[in-house]
Amino acid sequence: METREKTKRYPARRILPGFGLTMGITVSYLTLLVLIPLSAVFIRSSGMGWDAFWSAITSRQVVASYKVTFGISFLAAATNAVFGFLVAWVLTRYRFPGRRILDALVDLPFALPTAVAGIALTALYARTGWLGQFFYSLGIETAYSQVGIYIALTFIGLPFVVRTLQPVMEDLDAEVEEAAASLGAGRAKAFTQIILPALLPAMLTGFALAFARAIGEYGSVIFISGNIPLRTEITPLVIVKFLENYQYPQATAVAAVMLTASFALLFVINLLQRWAEKNS
Amino acid sequence: MKTHPRTPRRLAAALVIALFGLAIFNAAAQTLLNVSYDPTREFYTDFNAAFAKHWKQKTGQQIEFIQSHGGSSKQARAVIDGLEADVVTLALAADVNAIAKAGLLRENWQNSLPSNSAPYQSTLAFLVRKGNPKNIKDWDDLIRPDVQVITPNPKTSGVARWNFLAAWGWALNHFGGDEAKTQEFIKKLYANVPVLDTGARGSSTTFTERQIGDVLINWENELLLALKEQGDKYEIVTPSLSILAEPTVALVDKNVDKKKTREVALAYLEYLYSDEGQEIAGRHFYRPSNPAILAKFQSQYPNLKLFTIDEVFGGWNPATKKFFEDGAIFDQIYLK
Repeated sequence: METREKTKRYPARRILPGFGLTMGITVSYLTLLVLIPLSAVFIRSSGMGWDAFWSAITSRQVVASYKVTFGISFLAAATNAVFGFLVAWVLTRYRFPGRRILDALVDLPFALPTAVAGIALTALYARTGWLGQFFYSLGIETAYSQVGIYIALTFIGLPFVVRTLQPVMEDLDAEVEEAAASLGAGRAKAFTQIILPALLPAMLTGFALAFARAIGEYGSVIFISGNIPLRTEITPLVIVKFLENYQYPQATAVAAVMLTASFALLFVINLLQRWAEKNS
Repeated sequence: MKTHPRTPRRLAAALVIALFGLAIFNAAAQTLLNVSYDPTREFYTDFNAAFAKHWKQKTGQQIEFIQSHGGSSKQARAVIDGLEADVVTLALAADVNAIAKAGLLRENWQNSLPSNSAPYQSTLAFLVRKGNPKNIKDWDDLIRPDVQVITPNPKTSGVARWNFLAAWGWALNHFGGDEAKTQEFIKKLYANVPVLDTGARGSSTTFTERQIGDVLINWENELLLALKEQGDKYEIVTPSLSILAEPTVALVDKNVDKKKTREVALAYLEYLYSDEGQEIAGRHFYRPSNPAILAKFQSQYPNLKLFTIDEVFGGWNPATKKFFEDGAIFDQIYLK
């Protein structure tokens, strides 16, 4: 704790020079790449007047798409929080042949163009697909349905959870668990009272990243979702539909809603994470 | 290195690609950029070669082409946002209208070339599985509860708008002009659509690769092409009545004046109407607008009655307003 206090204050002389320069680059980089494009969204939609803005973002199709996008993204990120945790745990705690290959596989959703992922998933999970035929015989429609969207969003979110958890797990000493065990804690207790609190902040970060990514995902989803209005239409598609009809203000209005919602969610999760860090 | 998401690397890649793209456009100052829609790829490859030869003979000038293909309205938006197309050859006049509205070409562009600026035409027809197991004959079969229809979303796809209007036109005629009954028919038809892809190629994939649906509505030229390649799996069904689809071409005035390419760009578009241009269109299963050339290819097109968008809907502007704008009829049929 003591060292942390020290680094927080600005020391008189830093070991590496160049604070002014790097800070300048940081600010202009972020402004050019993030701030200006994002504020353009708000500026473009602000020209349309409140009534038009409100009716664009609250029409029934648009509201239905929010539910689909945010609801399924949440479920997918939650799934990844659980199974990503498992994957990260196996990859950090055990040594087994093929571990490196598995480890590399986790990154695949990052690297794969999303359209490729969408086409591959659709081919697999459609009624005629390898996996789809089993699910369909059980009565689960895994493509062209909300389940399909869930599959795609889970796929693209996985690496976010695994890659945020891994380094924290690597730092977590196995000795702590051993100590807990030697002090009489059962397995369940060691997990809920020792391991989970230490990993919770990272897990929340991973969840938030996967969630935010899923909300914005377009490429892989449109292939597998079927895109039926009110049922399987995601908000990014609604934006594209507005654009295809040259309705720029409406498109940016919905985009502004998504931005605001994503930002609010990330902010809340950040707060949660800090709270978890304090309590661990 | 493995511990963090690799977004910076992806950003860097995007930057490199963007710069590369800029470099291409700068180096290609003496070329003609034709911004087109998806299924014209093969046609323009042939046509460009023919025109280059013709232009070389006539003027001695070497001309190179850059072709851009994509969804029709996406392409129009790219031109509006600054893609310096010399000519646009898009799926529907509505998309060229949008470019005109942005001030890049004159308002009455559609009168500047023969036959409504549509050198080649097409129509919409049905593709069904071999043997036509669901016995689909005409538009009214598409609303049967046991039939699944594949067509893209008219909000995102040009051909899907033609599909919608063709179905509407047939129904309007069938119900003797009763709009309420027509809308009910359209509603039932779209209730039979299990997947609304964003574009025509997506719908073709859904129908042929995913084996979803009993009937695919698509461009006649695309269906004839599909039949040529996979004739053992599918057959074409021609409805009794369909729409005469007129993909339109236009000179982008602002861009050709700036790039000083007006002369060659205009010659390019006019050459589409020449005998050679018309024959190439016919070989790629489009319907030539020149009746003499059309007659030469007549045997390859199914025989059906065609109506035009002007006759039934009064042109693209009123049709877009009535059917495809926010909250218009296409939205209403899903909201009941």
